[in-house]
Amino acid sequence: MAVEKFETSLKKLEEVVKRLESGELPLDDALKAFEEGVRHAAVCSRKLNEAEKKVELLLKQKDGSFRTEPFHLEDA
Amino acid sequence: MDLFAEKRILTVSQLSALVKDVLEENFEHVWVEGEVSNLATPQSGHIYFTLKDAGAQLKCVLFRAAARSLRFKVRDGMRLIVRGRISVFAQRGDYQLIAEYLEPQGIGALQLAFLQLKERLAGEGLFAEARKKPIPRLPRRIGVVTSPTGAAIHDILTVLDRRFANIEVLLMPVKVQGEGAAAEIASAIRDFNLYRDVDVLIVGRGGGSLEDLWAFNEEVVARAIVSSRIPVISAVGHEIDFTIADLAADLRAPTPSAAAELVITSKAELTTLVQTLEHRLGRAAAGLITGLKSRVGMAQAALRDPAMLIGQLGQRVDFMQERMSSLLEGMLARHADRLSALIDMLRLRSPGRAVEHGWVQLQNLVARRDQAVQRRMDHLREAVARRTGALDALSPLATLARGYSLAQREKDGLIVRSSEQLAVGDRLNLRLHRGSAGCLVETIASPGADQGSA
Repeated sequence: MAVEKFETSLKKLEEVVKRLESGELPLDDALKAFEEGVRHAAVCSRKLNEAEKKVELLLKQKDGSFRTEPFHLEDA
Repeated sequence: MDLFAEKRILTVSQLSALVKDVLEENFEHVWVEGEVSNLATPQSGHIYFTLKDAGAQLKCVLFRAAARSLRFKVRDGMRLIVRGRISVFAQRGDYQLIAEYLEPQGIGALQLAFLQLKERLAGEGLFAEARKKPIPRLPRRIGVVTSPTGAAIHDILTVLDRRFANIEVLLMPVKVQGEGAAAEIASAIRDFNLYRDVDVLIVGRGGGSLEDLWAFNEEVVARAIVSSRIPVISAVGHEIDFTIADLAADLRAPTPSAAAELVITSKAELTTLVQTLEHRLGRAAAGLITGLKSRVGMAQAALRDPAMLIGQLGQRVDFMQERMSSLLEGMLARHADRLSALIDMLRLRSPGRAVEHGWVQLQNLVARRDQAVQRRMDHLREAVARRTGALDALSPLATLARGYSLAQREKDGLIVRSSEQLAVGDRLNLRLHRGSAGCLVETIASPGADQGSA
């Protein structure tokens, strides 16, 4: 599920930043880590902005399948 | 008829019938409290027990029809309040109370039922922490099980609206109180698990009395929640209301609004977290470049002090000079590669608004460093060239050109500076500006006596 990819990318981004900040990486590794970090940050940003705002009813039909229809709050 | 008027002899049946009339007429509607003992619950569904206190006991029966609406389980030792009527069994010669209504003494029937169910399900491990699933940090689609016209969905959608959350909501409408509500709620939870495409479920309703919330205390709802593979957040009633559903859920929210807030806050926190990490990433990269610059500066400082170079043996000056130059060439080349790769990466990345300023700064920094390093490298080259010139003048090889020769002892290569280092018969290697010669020592003159002579 999409949710898993986000969590994985976020974790990897956190790890990369910690490694870079430790200052113990040789230059080549540091630059590779930096590239990796930029990639993961891009995935995270994309996932955060992905979902649409939508409110729907989920209804089960007689044959067991599902259908959706828009839902509006009625003032009760 | 006056029983005691004369010595009238009754049959057992006649007397029993009279007693029956009297008792049943006068105790048609009584309330009595006592402690339960001798409880029997046969298959027939009727419940038999004895109500007793210190002084007396009373046989009771609760017939199946009335027993069905009992919310709690009767147990030996329980104190009950019972409403019913006395009935006489003439054939057996005893009487009993036919109970129509039971309630536990000192606590409401509903509350007792709640406690009994809680104890039983807890005993099965249904509420164990280890069973609870984590709520996903970035839910994209929320499933909601509640009434379509109730306070819960209203509160949830209001919170989502107010916070501009881009989250999808799927609502499965159910009854949230009354006959059949529990079954509908449980069924909706199971249906969401069949449908599968939601990240988290919110199950709940607005506030109400214990009776109103009762559906969320039913066993079937608790079991549906525990069996759900989708994480469930319970959101029943007000802050002080605790239901079995709350105990079974993976997370309890005190109200439906709170449940919605929980979901959104998670997302807002994540957005901030990602932005912070991007900032830190940029700063760490900038720090790397600063570190590199200082390493180059240190190399430059070493080159400024010629004494370090001249301290080496004379013949190795040329070699050192060459190594220095190629090292600098190498560093320059690699540095230029890396910096341009860095700038390329920065250009390719499409920045979020919050990070753009930082990236622009970084780009500028990198460009400035690039230039500064280039200038430093040029200076270094110059410095090395100047030193080389100076070195040449100081170099022992230049001295040789002026007519001096270098004498070394053949046996150990010692460069001879004093005749005290020689013995007659020693072989010397004489290094001239051009070529060399092997010599034999014939005579020696001590320093003081012969200073300056040929």
